[in-house]
Amino acid sequence: MTGVPLIEVEDLRIDLDDGSRCVAAAEGISFRIDRGETFGLVGESGCGKSITALALIGLLRQPLSIGGGVIRFEGREIQRLSAAGQRELRGNRIAMIFQEPMTALNPVSPVGRQIAEMFVLHKGKSWREANQLAVEALASVRVPAPERRVNDYPHQLSGGMRQRAMIAIALACGPDLLIADEPTTALDVTVQAEIIELMRNLCAERGTAILMISHDLGLVANVCRRVAVMYAGRIVEERGSADIFRAPSHPYTQGLVASLPRLGSRAALGRIRLKEIAGVVPAITSFPDGCRFNPRCAQATDICRTVTPETDLLEAGGLVRCHHHA
Amino acid sequence: MKLRANLIIGGALFALAILVGLLAPWLAHTDPVLDANLLNAEEPPSWTWWFGTDDQGRDIYSRVVYGARVSLTVGIVSQLINSVIGVALGLSAGYWGGWWDDVVNALTNLMLAIPSLIFALAIMAVLGPGLTSLLIALGLTNWSFTCRIARASALSLRSQGYVQAATVLGYGDLRIMITQLLPNMLGPIVVIGTLGMGSAVLSEAALSFLGLGVRPPFPSWGSMLSDARDQITTAPWLSVFPGLAIFLTVLGLNLLGDGLRDVLDPQSRSRRT
Repeated sequence: MTGVPLIEVEDLRIDLDDGSRCVAAAEGISFRIDRGETFGLVGESGCGKSITALALIGLLRQPLSIGGGVIRFEGREIQRLSAAGQRELRGNRIAMIFQEPMTALNPVSPVGRQIAEMFVLHKGKSWREANQLAVEALASVRVPAPERRVNDYPHQLSGGMRQRAMIAIALACGPDLLIADEPTTALDVTVQAEIIELMRNLCAERGTAILMISHDLGLVANVCRRVAVMYAGRIVEERGSADIFRAPSHPYTQGLVASLPRLGSRAALGRIRLKEIAGVVPAITSFPDGCRFNPRCAQATDICRTVTPETDLLEAGGLVRCHHHA
Repeated sequence: MKLRANLIIGGALFALAILVGLLAPWLAHTDPVLDANLLNAEEPPSWTWWFGTDDQGRDIYSRVVYGARVSLTVGIVSQLINSVIGVALGLSAGYWGGWWDDVVNALTNLMLAIPSLIFALAIMAVLGPGLTSLLIALGLTNWSFTCRIARASALSLRSQGYVQAATVLGYGDLRIMITQLLPNMLGPIVVIGTLGMGSAVLSEAALSFLGLGVRPPFPSWGSMLSDARDQITTAPWLSVFPGLAIFLTVLGLNLLGDGLRDVLDPQSRSRRT
């Protein structure tokens, strides 16, 4: 796709400042998402994927802050916008759904009202119109009997229903980008599939781009066209989602893919152990020099321990940050 | 479900006091100010004079009934002022934090350090006696507890998912405070407000007793007590009935506050069901 990407992140660094010292919780983050595209960000807990999302919507709070780099939304730098300008983007152009739908809904307000408020806030509708639109929004996320459900409080809804309501709120104003931070982690597996399906269909219908954040490589590859894998605050590999399973290039991604259980394989039947990646993720304050994966990497050589690898373009398409990539 | 006696009794007493205040012109036997008759001075309670008469022959029952208007007006209005100030300061301080939080905290500590009655006395001394100055004096001096509670709630609510979600959805600060935080902290605020009304009624009585409240001859429970001081041995009914009125109203408000706390506190609610 040509032209200005919907959102473009360039060399973003996020600082964690606990008062006495300042460390980079994430650095060198670059990616772009085009209009209507689906992009996934995968990594273990603490690798920096959620704070990257928060940075995109300008919501980093102390002790976290943007330490460098540029985020552009339709070519405009988000950091340079006024507080009111950022607010105008949030909810209206960029929306977000959260991991735990119970805590993300206000317990003292009926869901219909919470959806309607979006229309009042961003589209200048009257409450009467907004309430009507809220019923339609609930219907669009396939909540049965929406005209009755709008009066329900969040605690009267099941987990799946709450997440549907949350999606209705997020998509209310027809945003251009939907950030989904572990949207189904708190749900049952069956409900999870329904929600993902719903989210994908709605976004495809409306041309909404999705930035999906998850630790579940399979889920992300299933939803997204392109996937970026993060490790210890850096993006180590960015590929088309089919390629990442077929021919992972970074040793960390290779390890991740190898550790996935496969239906019918010997490992899944319990005969042999699943592959694992030796070692643990380094603490944020003691990232190793050079490539951050080097202490756990079987292919590590001297250069990996001293020089930080740059991102290289792969011939097959995609980016990788490794000295020894195939 | 267990019968909440405190809520029912407290609510009934408070409702009774409000009804008496509202219906004073119909309940009173005589005009509380004008119907003085020295021929009836210092009559003990009887069928004619339910609560007796004072040294000017005014019907104590009628004066107590009309006094409810002053006490309740002061109690309700001044506590409303306190609640608004306390919530506005506490909520914004807890939500925004930073230097504003420090300022509000310092102010709250100052208010807590100075006994509020003394502070109210000082304000009354500047403004002069009267109902309006009473409302101002008591309305400006008792917001610190409300403020503390609003601030603490705002601090804990601020990190709730739905408050963050509201920020992500493009809500402004004011809208977040009003639609997300305020409704979620209303329970404790209402409880504190009810208890605060009780203490405002007492403060009104104290200030009127000290001669700084409602001007004579208009009746207020506190000023009636003050007037009755000299005759406490010869005509005890002069102090007993206004005192009883204060006692029952404050008791009612405190029971109501306790009862509301039981109902509004989710923990005690789950224990009861």
